Amino acid sequence: MESKNRGTAHPSGQPPALIPRRRFVEVLLGSGFLATAVAFVYPVLRYLVPPQTADLGGDSVVAGKVGELKPNSGKIFRFGSRPGLLIRTVGGEYRAMSATCTHLSCTVQYRDDLREVWCACHNGKYNLDGRNISGPPPRPLEAFDVQVRGEEIFVRRRREA
Amino acid sequence: MAILRNEFRRFGAARYLVVFAFVVLAAPLTRSQTKNSCLDCHSALPEPLGVTQEKFSQDIHAQKGLTCASCHGGDPASDDPDKSMSPKAGWKGKIDRRQIPQLCGSCHSDPAYMRQFNPSLRTDQLDQYHTSVHGRRLAAGDAKVAVCTDCHSIHDLRVPSDPRATVNPVNIANTCSRCHADADYMKGYSIPTDQFAKYSTSIHHEALAVRGDLSAPTCTTCHGNHGAAPPGVDKVENVCSTCHVFQAQMYEKSSHKAAFQAASLPGCVVCHGNHAISHPTDAKLGPGPEAACMRCHTPGDACDQARAGLLADLTRLDDAIKSADQVLAVAESSGMEVSEARLGQNQARDSLTKARVTIHSFRKDLVDQDIQAGLNIAAQNLQAGQKAMVERNYRRVGLGMSLIAIGIALVGLRLYIKKIES
Amino acid sequence: MSPLRNVRDWLDERLAWDDLIAPLRKKTVPLHRLSYWYFLGGITLFLFVIQVLTGILLLLDYRPGANEAFESVQYIMTQVQFGWLIRSIHSWSANLMIFTAFAHMFSVLFLKAYRKPRELTWVSGMVLLFLVMGFGFSGYLLPWNTLAFFATKVGTEIAGQVPIIGKAMVIFLRGGEEVTGATLTRFFGFHVAVLPGLATLLILVHVLLVQRLGMSMPPKLEAEWSADLSAKREMKFFPNFVLRELMAWYVALGALGALAAIFPWNLGVKADPFAPAPAGIKPEWYFLFMFQTLKLIPPKVWFIDGEVLGVLAFGLVGLLWLLLPFFESDQPSHTKRWITGLAVFALAYVTGMSVYGHLAK
Repeated sequence: MESKNRGTAHPSGQPPALIPRRRFVEVLLGSGFLATAVAFVYPVLRYLVPPQTADLGGDSVVAGKVGELKPNSGKIFRFGSRPGLLIRTVGGEYRAMSATCTHLSCTVQYRDDLREVWCACHNGKYNLDGRNISGPPPRPLEAFDVQVRGEEIFVRRRREA
Repeated sequence: MAILRNEFRRFGAARYLVVFAFVVLAAPLTRSQTKNSCLDCHSALPEPLGVTQEKFSQDIHAQKGLTCASCHGGDPASDDPDKSMSPKAGWKGKIDRRQIPQLCGSCHSDPAYMRQFNPSLRTDQLDQYHTSVHGRRLAAGDAKVAVCTDCHSIHDLRVPSDPRATVNPVNIANTCSRCHADADYMKGYSIPTDQFAKYSTSIHHEALAVRGDLSAPTCTTCHGNHGAAPPGVDKVENVCSTCHVFQAQMYEKSSHKAAFQAASLPGCVVCHGNHAISHPTDAKLGPGPEAACMRCHTPGDACDQARAGLLADLTRLDDAIKSADQVLAVAESSGMEVSEARLGQNQARDSLTKARVTIHSFRKDLVDQDIQAGLNIAAQNLQAGQKAMVERNYRRVGLGMSLIAIGIALVGLRLYIKKIES
Repeated sequence: MSPLRNVRDWLDERLAWDDLIAPLRKKTVPLHRLSYWYFLGGITLFLFVIQVLTGILLLLDYRPGANEAFESVQYIMTQVQFGWLIRSIHSWSANLMIFTAFAHMFSVLFLKAYRKPRELTWVSGMVLLFLVMGFGFSGYLLPWNTLAFFATKVGTEIAGQVPIIGKAMVIFLRGGEEVTGATLTRFFGFHVAVLPGLATLLILVHVLLVQRLGMSMPPKLEAEWSADLSAKREMKFFPNFVLRELMAWYVALGALGALAAIFPWNLGVKADPFAPAPAGIKPEWYFLFMFQTLKLIPPKVWFIDGEVLGVLAFGLVGLLWLLLPFFESDQPSHTKRWITGLAVFALAYVTGMSVYGHLAK
């Protein structure tokens, strides 16, 4: 930078301010740069730290723990943004399916007396494969894959073709 | 019939030419395998004798290989009207209304015969018909009542699953209304003619005809089709309970069941109507004109107070759900992730639906259980929504601070540029 | 000696630093009524850098693959600290960059900065514009939501209309006959490896050419100032123009932050290949003018299929646009009026068709 700024000498001879006038602009600029750098770097640094809740890899969800469900019982769990139904049959095996009734979207439940999936709204019934067998529901419930890994029961959407 | 034959005779020998011409022109139109000479003439005749090949080809009987002669008799193979329409060939001409059920039943009540075409078809329609109001009145000599062809149409009779069939569930109410909504035709009978008009305003009609939900009831669902008759005052609630199971179970155990039975009032219908069943709102529990309770109960008595309590509960839950929804909607539109809470709202709404069903038990304590469960869920979701709003505000504050920082940098740059250029 | 001076000397001894940046020190920017347009190139470059930075950050958490892509973006938006910010900035900056790239191209067109000797700058710039649109097209699919899925389907379908090679092109783009997870993986490869590589190379060439050849002047001004040298007004590139450019960059950064915070980019609904296409599917705004044009062409023109004609026409226009500088005269006082006219028409067409495409059902 060749041209020296001529703003240093004050013709009016004012008393020196807290920050010397000639440095004021530099200080302002510097603090602006610093502030914006912080505003930029801070979120980036926070971003780089992985969050606590580990993502389980897409479609897989822990629906429950082994031993939580007695045979011939069911429970509702969260599957993505919709409810799912996990059933433990009389024989002890696990089944999972969507819990949103295909008639008018009420949440279905497992009936241990009927050993079927039942919708309380209009008496719709599904079998343990999710197939609609009685009442108003027009389509089956989407069936999910169940995998027991250790103590946890994983439910996953069936692989698309 | 004879009159027309005589008319034909007037043409003398030329009538043979006319017939020949018809045959030559109409021959390419005949598509059925069995020769059906009837249509050669009748397709060109005006109403009521006219039946076109196009119309008849829609008929399930034609598609199965039956001909005009299967019902009307006569000889379909002959082109000579004298031979084809002769009583010697069994020609019956126009079938008298009173004979129609018997005629149809001659095949449709014969399981051995029907097995050839569709073994799973029922063969008891005629028996059922004899028990129906239509059947009994016909037997008593009333020819105005419905017979098979009035509902099923004739000559273009379609299977019920065909959406164009007059007896397809979506069309049944229209078919019944042809007589039952015609005040002139129904003069002399002691039943009202406003059922169709009322049904058309109902939630069942909307579900069936508008939304296409084939599980919704139409006339025949509650009245029966072949054995059509009203269910009877004390049996109506059985009909409703086939679908509305939960409500019926609650009502069975409730105080109102005994009361209505004693007064010979039909359950369900007293509050909900029979044909004009509208979508029930909480206003039914209200004090206003739509209210069901206040039609019997006195304002200010214990029941009225209970009613008010129930309504207040339902309203409270409804409001809680709505306010949670509102907060969640604002949060969502600001870009916050609230899908879990949204899902939870479904459960809250389910509780409200359950509470409304539990009303039918007429017990406040049971209703309160459902209400409380719903309130808890709605409160949780409201909290989640509020948390999301806090996060949203935090973001805006962060943005504000960054913009201030940028502003300082911009001002600094501007001044610096000015400085080095002065 | 100040520490800064020490560092400079150190660098100079090892990199011949002073010699390297000497031309930069001498570079000037012409000052005239239309000088503001000179900022656009730099802003586009700045936004590209933002894209690279936010893109790298997103790469740390994004998972390509039909089963996981949507969920990983959801994860970034909801679980990762400031993930919403990084992702929304990336999406907004992409759109802003495409806009400034187009604006930069049009400003160069109207200011006639493509004339000799700057033809190659224009050519490299046009290829960059095509690459940037490719970035937009490939990046849009990556969240694997319904809109993106069907927009990609429609877009690649149109590419298939090119005669002879169309089918092969579609299979190459889609990684198969249909849009599937394979398409997603492929687009991901294009978006983070192929296109960035090509773009970086071309940007280097483009910027180098600009620095070497200096800033161009509007033709009339060029003629005036070469006649009367004292009338020439110019500004030093370093530090004066650079500082002003920096201000523009800060404004852009502020705008991005505001957009990301107040209008976060939405997630949409996860793509379901078996669901029917939603009604009225449209491509992103920067493709609208082409899309709308194709919609307006009648199904058959003469004996040629309408869509094929449209695609070929755009291809031809693209090629001619690339070679535009070679049609221009090199006398500043006699620039071709028809090119200006064409430029005006092009701007009006692109703007008009985009608006039309947006408003049409």
